[in-house]
Amino acid sequence: MADKVILLSSWVSAFGLRVQIALAEKEVDYEFREENLFDKSPLLLELNPVHKKIPVLIHNGKPVCESSVIIQYIDEVWTNGPSLLPQDPLQRANARFWADFVDKMIYQCGSRVWKNKGDAQAAAKKELIGILKQLEGELGEKPFFGGETLGYVDIVLVPFSSWFYTYETFGGFSIEKECPKLLAWVRRCNERESVSKVLPDRHKVYERTCGLKKRLGLE
Amino acid sequence: MATAAKGVVLLDFWVSPFGQRCRIALAEKGVEYEYKEENLWDKSPLLLKANPVHKKIPVLIHEGNPICESLLIVQYIDEVWSNNPLLPSDPYERAQARFWADFVDKKVSECWTRLWKVKGEAQEEARKDMIEDLKLLEGELGDKQYFGGETFGFVDVAFVPLSAWFYTFETCGNFSVEKECPKLVAWAKRCMERESVSKSLHDPHKVYEYVCQLKKKLGVD
Repeated sequence: MADKVILLSSWVSAFGLRVQIALAEKEVDYEFREENLFDKSPLLLELNPVHKKIPVLIHNGKPVCESSVIIQYIDEVWTNGPSLLPQDPLQRANARFWADFVDKMIYQCGSRVWKNKGDAQAAAKKELIGILKQLEGELGEKPFFGGETLGYVDIVLVPFSSWFYTYETFGGFSIEKECPKLLAWVRRCNERESVSKVLPDRHKVYERTCGLKKRLGLE
Repeated sequence: MATAAKGVVLLDFWVSPFGQRCRIALAEKGVEYEYKEENLWDKSPLLLKANPVHKKIPVLIHEGNPICESLLIVQYIDEVWSNNPLLPSDPYERAQARFWADFVDKKVSECWTRLWKVKGEAQEEARKDMIEDLKLLEGELGDKQYFGGETFGFVDVAFVPLSAWFYTFETCGNFSVEKECPKLVAWAKRCMERESVSKSLHDPHKVYEYVCQLKKKLGVD
């Protein structure tokens, strides 16, 4: 039976973009369904009743939720090509640790940079730079977080690079100045089609964020 | 690093449900380890070196290598010691187990923090959220023996330490877990029949005493 794979997501979700990159790395054919996050589809609400969030991967009718869970699922089901996660348990634990770090830190901190003003924004900016520097430290001299090839942590982090311009513009700072190695890594990731074909243009993301600020009455 | 090059060390704190997950997993696998109690108000140089990012317990140190974050530690333990598997072998079942363990962390743990720290309307909201989250877990358990089905598994390990906190949730939140989620209480009792669990968890009244002292210490009253 041929696999039927559907992804409920949104072009502007860093969490959904990760899943798209993972599917592309594994050369999995899938149907992408854009969700309106202000008017969620009955299908989304039915398949993710607990969190009611995207992304949701539907594999042969069965839903998998939570982006990091989805990526590990993809890695375990489609075993063609290189693994996204390392084989060694210690390295795997380390990859999961840094993916968890990205999850816990970047979205909430980055959001505070564009949502806030004055002192609160300055504090968020300082924190975000700290977080990015920690990640840059973990990358070290490796071409990718996964070593020689794109891996789990790369896939989890790289979609946020489409938000760098938004953070920089609202926060008034340059990520390239603060973390040049991280920017070099972003450019390296974009040499892969799985990444470059999926990531949205940074100006589109910025425009969308401006619109969201208005909508949330945060201007 | 100033620690044994071989063997297993667990940096932990007696009442931490996150630490207890690791203790339960190690016991389920029959792994011998050295337990090191941390003072969370005066963290050891070893802890700060082993977990420089979060500076938190638990940390498992295996042959000199630190592993941090309780659910990652449990998965590491499951992958290194392959007897009595905690995670299912089927990828879809495994994804479901990871989802629900993540739910315990994202929702129940977050809720519990609000429940004992706040008052008034905020506490009422935390109480409602807590009951809703517990009912969702009860729904997922269904009529199974364990979240893992016939066998004690990953979600059971992730959630059962919080059962020692039910009395604290109830007293702070003014509700009864038994009334709202009788199946969960029955499941917790069933888990306590396992030595790995009964030897790792503390008496619920001791947990409550600890929270009362913590509230005083933090000036939350």
